[in-house]
Amino acid sequence: MTTDLLKVQHLKQYFPIKGGILGRKVNDVKAVDDISFEVKAGETLSIVGESGCGKSTTGRAILRLDEPTSGEVEFGGKDLLSLSKAEMRKMRKDLQIIFQDPYASINPRQTVRQILGEAMAIQNVLPKKEREARIKELMTTVGLGEHQIDRFPHEFSGGQRQRIGIARALAVDPKMIICDESVSALDVSIQAQVLNLLRKLQKELDLTYLFISHDLGVVRHISDRVLVMYLGKIVEIADKKSLFDNPKHPYTKTLLSAIPVPDPSIEKDQIILKGDVPSPIDPPTGCRFHTRCPFATDKCKDEDPELRTNDDLMQDGHRAACHYIEEIESGEMQPNY
Amino acid sequence: MEETVNVSTQEKKRVSPQLENLKNVWRKLRSNYLAMAGGILIIFFIITSFAGPWIVQNDPLAPNVADRLQGPSAEYWFGTDHHGRDIFARIIHGMSITLYIGFTSVFIGMIFGVFFGVISGYYGKKIDAVIMRVMDVLLAFPGILLALGIVAVLGGSINNVIIAISIFSIPVFARIVRGSTLGVRQLEYIDAVRALGASDTRIIFLHILPNIMSPIIVQATLRIATAVLTAAGLSFLGLGAQPPDPEWGAMLAAGRDYMWEYPHITLFPGLAIVAVVLAFNLFGDGVRDALDPKLKT
Repeated sequence: MTTDLLKVQHLKQYFPIKGGILGRKVNDVKAVDDISFEVKAGETLSIVGESGCGKSTTGRAILRLDEPTSGEVEFGGKDLLSLSKAEMRKMRKDLQIIFQDPYASINPRQTVRQILGEAMAIQNVLPKKEREARIKELMTTVGLGEHQIDRFPHEFSGGQRQRIGIARALAVDPKMIICDESVSALDVSIQAQVLNLLRKLQKELDLTYLFISHDLGVVRHISDRVLVMYLGKIVEIADKKSLFDNPKHPYTKTLLSAIPVPDPSIEKDQIILKGDVPSPIDPPTGCRFHTRCPFATDKCKDEDPELRTNDDLMQDGHRAACHYIEEIESGEMQPNY
Repeated sequence: MEETVNVSTQEKKRVSPQLENLKNVWRKLRSNYLAMAGGILIIFFIITSFAGPWIVQNDPLAPNVADRLQGPSAEYWFGTDHHGRDIFARIIHGMSITLYIGFTSVFIGMIFGVFFGVISGYYGKKIDAVIMRVMDVLLAFPGILLALGIVAVLGGSINNVIIAISIFSIPVFARIVRGSTLGVRQLEYIDAVRALGASDTRIIFLHILPNIMSPIIVQATLRIATAVLTAAGLSFLGLGAQPPDPEWGAMLAAGRDYMWEYPHITLFPGLAIVAVVLAFNLFGDGVRDALDPKLKT
């Protein structure tokens, strides 16, 4: 039985829009609007969604890189959002992040030794004398050579830099790592290498990942469970197999139909949505997807659907936020393109 | 597993990007003749301000009524003023006053400006709004007027001139530093060290300041020229150095009554001011061209 390592409840992240001469708040960008989920110890939960759906914001809010508007983030039994700045700094040892852009996420003026050494110094993880040995060990762990210890970031390739980023996160022995689009900036062959490295580390070090990505192929490769977001809300959450084989929410179906199939003889019925993603400043009422959903009815316009399951159709905690899971499944409702 | 490592880079000596950068800047600066001329002049001025008073024989302060208002000659290279004092000796002695005011006031202004700018840019929100509005008020005054007001309140002396110039240099530095801080702060590596639990002081001193040095250095060099000019202006108005101090602005003011018949009295101090201001401006412009990556082609 696995326990929940991270529990997010009713997390909201609104960014104020200031306007007028007095600079008063005129509105909010509702980047993340009341989401709840949990990550079990040792698993990989992926958050997918298109640009601007709030997936990175969620990761940053959990880490308090941006202070969330409201909600609760419980990590290892402690509410992170109620911690003081100093307490939070200590907590950060257990919760690390790997960023998207390997060129921006490491200080160009520091050598690998300084980068990893600083991480250890900040959290005071080892006596000073043992740090060098540990830095070399970390470098070997992530697939860099020990002889590269005094090199600067500009002497490494993108993939190698990302490995430095991973080593930095590992330097403080975290329990959980948030991977914020961590392989999106790498080319495909390097992506595979880094993903396999992340997997290997997970096994060896018993890590938990919150994996944020827009790349469904990558998500399919690495996740245990997948969470789909649309415009700041969770639309569907399920284990990987259920989600990819048996998506229930019309948005998830659309998203999955966009995965290219490397076989020209297969005829795909790709679902093309009309219009653009509405603005998160004034999101649609009711179900946020109703403006683009081929099944939308008046009910969708008025009532915000809760995440719910259906024992006959969905297993293992598979939940979706749609009023018409059953009707769509039975064919009672037909899409209206 | 490992990506291929180029053998040649492996054997190359490790150079830090800072050093590499510095070399680059030096290379560019060296090819800019005007800037080099400015730089050499500045070095010459600095040496003169230290060594000059030992070399020059004539007393810059002692009046010699017998020799008053003489034109340039072998004994008095730049002539003498209305008290018969050697203008050349006075200019050489005045060099240290001018440079002292220039360097000190800019240094003090820079320290405070960088402090306020970093705080403003890093913490943002209310602190930022308050600091920047105060800076806006300071910037709204023409520099010399503000300095004039400050000196009028504090009284005329060299140290008060330094304080005045420092104060009006603060907003210029604060603005530039704030802007650069905003740019660096949102880089991912700042978030990364924050996620590691680094304190704000650590982030500011180890990760932000080293990355915003270039604009600060450029501004400081150019500000010295402004400071020298303002100091001379204040002294000219009788609010800075007091007679008989050999300050160039004060010399201009004192020589004003005689300048039609004896132009050398005002010509040489004026040229001295021009030379120093020009040297710092040329050098500052060169440094900016060398440091500003946007001008790289």
